Amino acid sequence: MSGTVAPDRAEQIEVIEVADAARPWVTIVWNDPINLMSYVTLVFQKLFGYSREKATKLMLDVHEKGRAVVSTGSREQMEHDVARLHAHGLWATLQHDT
Amino acid sequence: MSTFTHTRDGVVVGFDEVEASLLRHLVREVRDLLDEGQGRPSEPPESTADLPDAAALAAMTGLDGPDPTRPDDPVLARLLPDGYRDDEEAAGEFRRFTESSLRQEKWQAATAMLADLPGDGGNEVRLDTETVARWLTALNDVRLALGTRLDVAEEMPEPDPDDPDAPAYVVYLWLTELQDVLVQVAAEATP
Repeated sequence: MSGTVAPDRAEQIEVIEVADAARPWVTIVWNDPINLMSYVTLVFQKLFGYSREKATKLMLDVHEKGRAVVSTGSREQMEHDVARLHAHGLWATLQHDT
Repeated sequence: MSTFTHTRDGVVVGFDEVEASLLRHLVREVRDLLDEGQGRPSEPPESTADLPDAAALAAMTGLDGPDPTRPDDPVLARLLPDGYRDDEEAAGEFRRFTESSLRQEKWQAATAMLADLPGDGGNEVRLDTETVARWLTALNDVRLALGTRLDVAEEMPEPDPDDPDAPAYVVYLWLTELQDVLVQVAAEATP
């Protein structure tokens, strides 16, 4: 029977695979001691079009919690966002949402 | 110390002679660092007709030479960070596709700032909001470089005057003040 999977097991695997594909990617900005809080807020406004309120909240999350998810979407979109954040000197990475 | 006069559409920064030359020196240092290991970001050659196709393509895209790896120098690693945190393979792939253009973008921002800076003798420089936006990233790269070199922390005690890093730390604080003013100007222009 090797190479085949019982029907209920196959269904289970399919469900996991679908859930995995639907899981979005996220861009994370990490706290660093050099970038000014006001600058980080400005970069979030400029790159993502966020309001000053939303950008400030995200900046405070980065500052106080050490990291914040600043955007969510496809892997390609998140790679683009990370590259733009790097161009502005922010410390950003992307990962599959957990 | 530099003087700042806010205008309707920007700011006028007054540099004295030492400040102007110091800032030029620091921006050039960062630009040189970005050149390291790959030569100056090359302009596309005038004509590629005589070159074999692959070489022409490599010359135009800069996708020649070995794949870049995470820089050993902590300053360069901070300016060109990894795009993935716990996935070396993905980080390498990301770097292969983005590092060259990131270097080039930062190099161009530094070059533009050098052109805006007053020459020897120090002077006033009038920055409109567009120039401010250009300066912000280049100036921030200088702060990232110096701050990483000095290993700054969020809560820094005043450095001991005998500390060999004390003068560099004073420069870092001055750059921070300049950055802070420019951010204010840019924030006023951003709804």
